[in-house]
Amino acid sequence: MIRRLFLWLDDRLGTAHAVRTALHKAFPDHWSFMLGEINLYAFVVLVATGTFLALFFDPNAAQSPYDGPYRMLAGAHVSHAFASTMALSFEVRGGLLIRQVHHWTALVFVCGIIVHMGRVFFTGAFRKPRELNWVVGVTLCVVGLLAGFTGYSLPDDLLSGIGLRIADSVALSVPLIGTWASFLLLGGPFPTTQMLPRLFVLHVYLVPLTIAALIALHLAILWRQKHSQFPGPGRTERNVAGSPMVPQYAAKSLALFVAVVAVVVALGAFVQINPIWLWGPYEPWRALVPAQPDWYVGWLDGALRLGPPLALHLFGHTVPSPFWPAVLMPLFLFGVILLWPWIEGWITADQAYHQLLDRPRDVPARTAFGVAVLTFAGGLTLAGSGDVQARYLHQSIVVITHFYQVFCLVGPLVAFVVTYAFAGELRRLERHPQVQRVELHRNVEGGYDEDAIA
Amino acid sequence: MNAQNQILVALAVASAGSLGFIAAYALRAGSHYEGLAFAVSAAALSYAAAVWARLLPVERVTDPIESYPSPREERQQSSLELETDLAAVTRYKVLRRWLSVAISLFAVSVVVPLRSLGPAPGRALFGTKWRRGDRIAREDGSLIRVNDMNVDSTLTVFPEHAVGDAQSQAVLIRLPVELTPQTGGYIAYSRLCTHAGCPVALYRASVKQLFCPCHQSAFDVTNDGAVVAGPADHALPRLPIAIGEDGFVHATGDFPEPVGPGFWERG
Repeated sequence: MIRRLFLWLDDRLGTAHAVRTALHKAFPDHWSFMLGEINLYAFVVLVATGTFLALFFDPNAAQSPYDGPYRMLAGAHVSHAFASTMALSFEVRGGLLIRQVHHWTALVFVCGIIVHMGRVFFTGAFRKPRELNWVVGVTLCVVGLLAGFTGYSLPDDLLSGIGLRIADSVALSVPLIGTWASFLLLGGPFPTTQMLPRLFVLHVYLVPLTIAALIALHLAILWRQKHSQFPGPGRTERNVAGSPMVPQYAAKSLALFVAVVAVVVALGAFVQINPIWLWGPYEPWRALVPAQPDWYVGWLDGALRLGPPLALHLFGHTVPSPFWPAVLMPLFLFGVILLWPWIEGWITADQAYHQLLDRPRDVPARTAFGVAVLTFAGGLTLAGSGDVQARYLHQSIVVITHFYQVFCLVGPLVAFVVTYAFAGELRRLERHPQVQRVELHRNVEGGYDEDAIA
Repeated sequence: MNAQNQILVALAVASAGSLGFIAAYALRAGSHYEGLAFAVSAAALSYAAAVWARLLPVERVTDPIESYPSPREERQQSSLELETDLAAVTRYKVLRRWLSVAISLFAVSVVVPLRSLGPAPGRALFGTKWRRGDRIAREDGSLIRVNDMNVDSTLTVFPEHAVGDAQSQAVLIRLPVELTPQTGGYIAYSRLCTHAGCPVALYRASVKQLFCPCHQSAFDVTNDGAVVAGPADHALPRLPIAIGEDGFVHATGDFPEPVGPGFWERG
């Protein structure tokens, strides 16, 4: 059957050779090469669940009294967006499960992207010739964040409305074009009736289309360049060794796909996420205490909390304080990450092809830099829940904020030094047994003499 | 248990899980049962595939990297050709210049319709709906008389003709009368945080501070809304109010400066 299809195709397209090569493409066996696939499969789940949700969700901002089965909100003035999300959760059969699976998968998707980026960064897989795919990957990360944010802003609940209000204030803080950008994006001063329909178009059309295109590009470049690999017997800078795609690797990958599905469905079934009926509908004069965004936005929220109360007044114009932590800092951070292959190439004056990967300990400066960046982002993320910590630690929020301000400035430096030293120590530890290696010589009696190798 | 039997059991569990999901869905058993059955089915399938992958013969393939860079001659030849081809098109200097002008204008004209997306900002962010003489209303539209509030309590308020207007929202606080004797202890501020626009929804009567739950800016109510802590860079605008002879609290004008977060044109 398969054979007949194969021959049928070859009769018409002459694909026998190409398909054969493709099916036997070498995939490296190291587990870390499968991290990126988690995101691919998460995206598949997101498109499937998202399509289902989009068939029921209504982004209309028009208000009417809520009369669904959740009696605690009976009569509350809610938008169609909120009401249709409520209906998805309480009335559509299987709707709550699919909604929660969708939201959980989004969290896994962004998390997976960052872990995968970490693998590529710490092993030096971004070096020549893979700079291009690094840029595509970092762009995917940014668009992935946008996908998440536009998604959780849609239900028009209190948490999402506050998030949009903050995002609009950040847009307003951009010099010169900020006010215009805000008005064009929202169709007027916040809040507007057009903002949800527009976010909906972004979230279900423009953003996923961009992600799909970038994934296609990411994989096409990967296919053309082939995988990188860790050093080992028979592995060189001009080859790649591993299992053939079909059937060995395909079986593993299939196992991973259904494992991802199992995890996100289990999370969606048992761990409640974004219960908008507890937050209530968005009304611009209400606030949620405490309010934390989805985890991947936490670093920006934390940065806003830690930023200096510093507005710049020049020539009758204002650059308000959110600009520094929420626009300039992320631009700088992602700029450095995006350009890292060239920054590192410039520092090390390295123009060679790299098929073989580094172990993180073998390039201590890069590893230390990566850990410093993660420490910085981690500190910001933790600062994003400073108010909750203040409550549980019985500390003033001012103390907590000052702590994280110091942490985000000093922590990365400490992390750099410690990681650098730790990498060196790891290498020393494994160099030790090498001293005891010996060279064997056959002697005249037929036995062996040993000479230690220095 | 050998590998084949493990796979067999896993596939049986997966089938049972799928049937369970269908049953849970049909019986409207709710997201817990539906999700459990579905996840069990997927997990068992994953297990089966993983064991199956180990059953397969170990095979090693080594692909040479040869698709890049192209052979030296090819590179030289085609890059030269490209240059020559382009030069043939662009050697007319004047035309080239006009070509870039035309293409730039074309690109601009393509994005011009984005202007339709919203109104010009104009003065929209500079004022609110508060007018001199507006009586102060609660969320439900009811008006506030001088004796309606206890000392150290707060209310979310709007102009009586624009209840629910996001930009005009204000917080009315009743302080001990000696702090603001002219208005019987009443004082009102914009309720939009001057940092990122969240409602400054918390009031700490012990220190007379308004507190923003989003990024923890604190404003001193007794000192013209000055920033006491947090990332906000300017004071909360104060709404000028008075108590009328009829006993209603009313505004004597709009906020003296733009409310909410800063923006470029704010000055």
